Amino acid sequence: MQINFTHHQSAHCENGVVSNLMKHHGFNVSEPMVFGIGSGLLFCYIPFLKVNHAPAITYRAMPGFIFKRFAKRVGIKIEREKFKDPKKAKAVLDNNLNNNNPVGLQVGVYNLTYFPDEYRFHFNAHNLVVYGKEDNTYLISDPVMETVTTLTDKELEKVRFAKGALPPKGHIYYPTNFPKELNLEKAILKGIKHTCRDMLAPMPVLGVKGIRFTAKQIRKWPKKLGTKKANHFLGQIVRMQEEIGTGGGGFRYIFAAFLQESSKILNNPKLADLSKEMTLIGDLWRDFAVDASRIYKNRGAKADGYNEVASQLEALADKEEVFFKALKKAI
Amino acid sequence: MKKSEVPQDKSNLESANFRELCYAVDENGEYTTAHTTGWDPKTIALDNAIDEINQRVEEAKNRVLSNQTSPIEYYMELHKMDLQILASYVGLWQWRVKRHFKPKVFQKLSHKTLQKYADIFDITIEQLKNIEHAN
Repeated sequence: MQINFTHHQSAHCENGVVSNLMKHHGFNVSEPMVFGIGSGLLFCYIPFLKVNHAPAITYRAMPGFIFKRFAKRVGIKIEREKFKDPKKAKAVLDNNLNNNNPVGLQVGVYNLTYFPDEYRFHFNAHNLVVYGKEDNTYLISDPVMETVTTLTDKELEKVRFAKGALPPKGHIYYPTNFPKELNLEKAILKGIKHTCRDMLAPMPVLGVKGIRFTAKQIRKWPKKLGTKKANHFLGQIVRMQEEIGTGGGGFRYIFAAFLQESSKILNNPKLADLSKEMTLIGDLWRDFAVDASRIYKNRGAKADGYNEVASQLEALADKEEVFFKALKKAI
Repeated sequence: MKKSEVPQDKSNLESANFRELCYAVDENGEYTTAHTTGWDPKTIALDNAIDEINQRVEEAKNRVLSNQTSPIEYYMELHKMDLQILASYVGLWQWRVKRHFKPKVFQKLSHKTLQKYADIFDITIEQLKNIEHAN
């Protein structure tokens, strides 16, 4: 049995699932729109959490938050369920498919067989849509893939019940109630305000301050940790910024696309200018990645290199501070 | 980033016939999406991370062979796990898993516990006990 579901590839899994499910229900909402309304943009250095033996740095909101905020702001209702028992989780999934309802699932990446080996890490906040079942094979629309794919029931159970940080516990979700018409204008304003608040937050590890904090740490790394570890840490930052799902430049380009789309909806030319500005900031993040990669490519790097990329980050922090203050005023 | 500047470098994605989507500006300044096959700065970062893991696996293997740790630690590294992840898969406290790294303690583990570990690593108990049997 197969539900008539159209797969659109997206940069990021969570926005992609939401956007694809919305399109399925007849609401044409783009990925950047979901990302912006859900206030997905962020910067956070999480000092006490280690991912792959390096400090966790994120360029986006906590998994699940984007959808939650998006739903609340545009006024749709989401049904969610988590399970202890894999059999029950499977029954609920099958039931939904029988009712012609495509559903979103939270899964772990490590056992996703269709991913290239190099990308299979223990990351448990990936999202995909199941839109049908043939015998024991589920039809999967994974938004970061170019085309649809499949997983056997055993494989699906494995990824739904992956363990580690943020275990999915079979998390299943789908929108249930829709308003007659989506009120995007208000939702956009709320999304932008929230993002400005996050990025300008008076917290040492969050937003603009978090970028400066990270720069300070980078300066200390080569002396404190030795070249090898420092390079590993720096590589981790670049991976978080550019790895599958960010759309390039640590989500800055997606955010710029959101501002451009919003400027048309709200009829606010200021947002179009700010979108251009954000694109330039995204380019600077890419430059940072290029320069950082030069350091960890030549493993016998000098401390100078670290100071240079740290200065780049500080310059980015200054730019983003000006940017988000201007954005706050523009709406 | 301009659409024409979206990098098309060689990467590990290519082998899997997989292109990633990213956002870029077209000639009229409008945002659009474009496919990318990869970008060198992040390919290098990923390769370094993989090297790092391989090194950890190799070190763990040597420690197993010189009887300083149990094969559990080797398989943990091989599956890119850390103590926290492995502990949550077996459903034990981290200190208990860490204790199972001691060769002496490992020798005395019950069949049931060994089976649990073997299932997680998708191997037989024989392979778990002797890493030379695993490929």
